[in-house]
Amino acid sequence: MAKDLKRAPFSAQVDLSKFHMEDFDQATEEEKRQQEVMGESTTFFKDGMRRLRRNPLAMGSIVVLILIIAVCLLAPKIVPYGYADIMKGSNNLGPFEYSAAELAKIDAGEEVFPHIFGTDSLGRDYFIRVVYGARVSLGVGIFASLLVLIIGLLYGSISGYMGGRVDMYMMRVVDIIYSLPDMLLIILLAVVLNETLAPKIQGTVLAKLGVNMISLFIVFGLLYWVSMARLIRGQILTIKQNEYVLAAKCIGTSTPRIIRRHILPNCLSVIIITTALQIPSAIFTESYLAFVGLGVSAPMPSLGSLANEARGGLQTYPLRLFFPALTICLIVLALNLLGDGLRDAFDPKLSR
Amino acid sequence: MGKYVVKRVLLAILTIFVISVITFFAMNAIPGGPFNKEKATSPATQAALEARYNLDKPVPVQYVLYMKRLFQGDLGVSLKNGREIKDIVGESFPISAQIGLTAALVAIVLGLILGSTAALMRNRWPDRVIVFLITLITAMPSFVMATLLLYFFCMKLGWVPAFTAGSNNIVLPVIALSFSPMAYITRLTKTSMLDALGQDYIRTARAKGVAQLKVIFVHGLRNALIPVITYVGPMIGGILTGSMVVESIFNIGGLGSKFVSGITNRDYTMIMATTMFLAFIMVFANLVTDIVYKIIDPRIKLD
Repeated sequence: MAKDLKRAPFSAQVDLSKFHMEDFDQATEEEKRQQEVMGESTTFFKDGMRRLRRNPLAMGSIVVLILIIAVCLLAPKIVPYGYADIMKGSNNLGPFEYSAAELAKIDAGEEVFPHIFGTDSLGRDYFIRVVYGARVSLGVGIFASLLVLIIGLLYGSISGYMGGRVDMYMMRVVDIIYSLPDMLLIILLAVVLNETLAPKIQGTVLAKLGVNMISLFIVFGLLYWVSMARLIRGQILTIKQNEYVLAAKCIGTSTPRIIRRHILPNCLSVIIITTALQIPSAIFTESYLAFVGLGVSAPMPSLGSLANEARGGLQTYPLRLFFPALTICLIVLALNLLGDGLRDAFDPKLSR
Repeated sequence: MGKYVVKRVLLAILTIFVISVITFFAMNAIPGGPFNKEKATSPATQAALEARYNLDKPVPVQYVLYMKRLFQGDLGVSLKNGREIKDIVGESFPISAQIGLTAALVAIVLGLILGSTAALMRNRWPDRVIVFLITLITAMPSFVMATLLLYFFCMKLGWVPAFTAGSNNIVLPVIALSFSPMAYITRLTKTSMLDALGQDYIRTARAKGVAQLKVIFVHGLRNALIPVITYVGPMIGGILTGSMVVESIFNIGGLGSKFVSGITNRDYTMIMATTMFLAFIMVFANLVTDIVYKIIDPRIKLD
């Protein structure tokens, strides 16, 4: 560096004397590390999960749900009784009681699996019946919610994205379905479908599922998607005003791709939350229908039909009502709390 | 305003039209028609019945005639016992209405009290207790609630006689019916009350020295009432459908239990007629709610 060069006083030349050669050296590893961002970058999903993990109620309900699901999946493998197995002589046993025949077996040194919840009036193991009832309820809840999600998502996103006249007509249809008395129509349709569908599906795979279940799903598919469709339409109407959608349109992205890539991911939180809260309401509807005798077909139990059957012997065998009732309440409570937790975690704007 | 009312009325009419179409075609879809051939009616009776209910005419004509009969108050004949459904409805609906309206009143009053208490005592123990109870109640189906009440108060404690048919004891059914709408109203009131209490006019009222109670009731609760009023229509619908199960549990001869026995007996005309009747009431209740809502709060945008 030419230090001794004399600069003219008002020269615009760079003053080389102010520079040091070290400044131009490559950065050492330590210096590089100082430039690194301190926190790890987070995604929307990770951020939400972090908030969810801090919510003890939501985490508690996840644990409860996992336990219930585990019992539902494992119990039929462990317990040697089937839900329709009638055991002669073991009618109306209390929890952990044994019939005379079973006591004789135990005396002979054989292992007899205990009736954890006792048995019912026909001599069927009540624990396994409640487990199968919970399976039916959970299955119906989850599949009905998925059905609602798919139909609502398709309808809502088309309506919201198209806008204008199409949107108007589509929303009128939603308005009408929305104002129909749902429970009445469900019962009506379930009764009618029972009559008309039963002969048609005789002998097919569907018959195994039971006509009542199929009509329940049909009814859900017909009536319950509207609130989901409304919600998604509302979301899409706001999201499609955003600049990134305009930009995507400018570079000639096709409409389905814009909906898939840009719009749906942005209303994901609303979709997750509504689906989570839809499950308990579907379980409610199913148990209600089962209670008035429109649930799963006979030997197959459901929590609602178990509660209904228990009504007759309420005076003498109150526990038979408490087990299924408690199971419904636990499942619904856990799902409600989880749904609330998800809402707080993934959509802080919505939280109250 | 006029436009809004017209729009709502049109929607209500359209809804009733859709319901009637669904009911009518549902009725037609059942094999064997509404007159069960297994009942061994003579061919002459069969023909007379078919002529009376115009079953020999084409379906659209049948629909028009069906609607005409419906508006004349002819709901058909029960398949089970051959009685006029009009008479069955006439004697059982007042029972249901009495229980349902009492339950609605209880739900509104208790819901408002609990909701405002929770809002005023936010994050203190009364709020926490109320929120806890509400969460529990929301997770309990009405039939579980009703059966538990029946078990404890009739069978265990013997405070209320169980199974009194056509009973004048409506305490337990009212409690069972009012719980879940009460939980919803409490939640609604709490949210809207918190919202109202955070408004500037509340601060102004306090600043100019309005008494605390007056601030809460006149300035706060009055504004917090609006969302609650919108819920009244749907609530009546919910109570009407919820009462089916509760009525059959408590063995009350109301419309709901008639409906449930219609389902178990596969009494189709009864099911159809009750559906139409209840649907009319529910649509009407929703219509009135929508219009009242608009009258009490003119700020609501017309849409």
